Amino acid sequence: MVIEGLSKSFSLHNLAINISAIENISMSVKKGEFIGITGRSGSGKSTIIKCINRTYLPQDGKIRYNSSRFGWIDIAEADEREMIYLRRREIGYVSQFLSIMPRTTARELVQQASIEMGYEKQQAAMAAEKLLRHFELEPRLWDSYPNTFSGGEKLRLNIARAMVKRPRLLLLDEPTASLDDASKVRVRELIQQLKEEGTTMLGIFHDIDFMQGLCDRKYNMQAGSFI
Amino acid sequence: MESYEIPVLAVKGLRKQYGDGCSYCSGPKKEGLERNFCPQCGTVYACQDISFEVYEGEILGVVGESGSGKSTMMSCLYFDQEATDGEVYISGYEEGKSNILRQSRQQRRYIKNHLMGIVYQNPEKGLKMDFSAIGNIAEKLIAAGHRNVSAMETRGKALLQHVNIPLFRIKDIPRNFSGGMQQRVQIAKALSNNPPILLLDEVTTGLDLSVQANVLDLIKGLQRELGISIVVVSHDLAVIRMLADRTIVMLNGKVVEEGLTDQILEDPQHPYTQQLVHSLL
Repeated sequence: MVIEGLSKSFSLHNLAINISAIENISMSVKKGEFIGITGRSGSGKSTIIKCINRTYLPQDGKIRYNSSRFGWIDIAEADEREMIYLRRREIGYVSQFLSIMPRTTARELVQQASIEMGYEKQQAAMAAEKLLRHFELEPRLWDSYPNTFSGGEKLRLNIARAMVKRPRLLLLDEPTASLDDASKVRVRELIQQLKEEGTTMLGIFHDIDFMQGLCDRKYNMQAGSFI
Repeated sequence: MESYEIPVLAVKGLRKQYGDGCSYCSGPKKEGLERNFCPQCGTVYACQDISFEVYEGEILGVVGESGSGKSTMMSCLYFDQEATDGEVYISGYEEGKSNILRQSRQQRRYIKNHLMGIVYQNPEKGLKMDFSAIGNIAEKLIAAGHRNVSAMETRGKALLQHVNIPLFRIKDIPRNFSGGMQQRVQIAKALSNNPPILLLDEVTTGLDLSVQANVLDLIKGLQRELGISIVVVSHDLAVIRMLADRTIVMLNGKVVEEGLTDQILEDPQHPYTQQLVHSLL
């Protein structure tokens, strides 16, 4: 993936102000690499990740991503349908918050992600169980609603849901921000493992120690630009 | 290529106006309108050049304030009202090559009965309140050409069970049902002819939260299990967030913004959408 001159600002019409979040960001991510982004809060780290996920619509610049289906595609200008396809099949996004579907159990949540990939129900159920076990979620939780889970459990479920798709590109938006040390270690092990399996990842971390030894390369951000 | 590349429903330049228009307001730009209303001749432009596409198994959200033309658009699609102008294509009808708005009355009835289902906000519009619940479903089945009574009864029972209407109540009339039950009977009725397209007009408005949850889960399940394409009109952003992949935003009869639902909610571009999203909390 290559990002060229990416800029994003938010224009709030009713307040008549324009807030610039990131300016002229360029970077590249090679296949199988783990890239870390650090920086103080408000420096625009999440904005980059959200632009790649197209939760934010970039104003300027290109996000060229090499898709296995579409070839090189500019995410900044991709068709909505193409973006939905990429999100379902190729790009995983994990934030520190779990966006839960109400009244959906942990098992269904992971299973559904797998069905979106085009697996049959039974295969999906097996894949879901395997991952829930892998991420050490207690079996008694599998059939309950995630809004009753602890922060760490939610996060692991969140990663499991993204991982069941085996995304080509995994975006991590401060996945460890609200976790205790034991959980952090576990998430770190998981990331290590994903890396060994060849997943390309782009992650934001506050915690520099956490990134040590994991990242292939690091970008540091300040006020919307890399320094 | 996969089948979702062909839209199940394609709407191009749909227009609906009430009144004849005058020299002041009939220009192409419609600049002199107050909202969607011509101050000179009183013509209301309820829908102005609405275009969108819905693909297989997709849920399209439509949001907008009241009076923005959402329901008018839906009723034009279901032929409850005649559209002034525009083109609508359905992949299930003549391979999506004929504009269904220009078909004969008979053909339109065929399309309505075989290829579409609609659920209105007001159950009285969609149901015959003095026919039994199962009778309402039979009515739609008969319209779609079914004649075998026992087969229709089996299908009706299965549908009503699917929407959680207890078997011992299926012979009751919907007038005696609660609002949530009426809405679910309406959904069962709309689904009875296995339509590839389902139009939902404010289906959860006015229902209490737990019933609303029931209806929403039902809709989500329908999309997953049956792969139906659904257009959901709602002014409740939470409903849209939960159901829709893509969303269009309407204001004064026009589409002012369209995009991925999470992008519309997190990074709205148009002033009206921003106001709408910021009103949420």
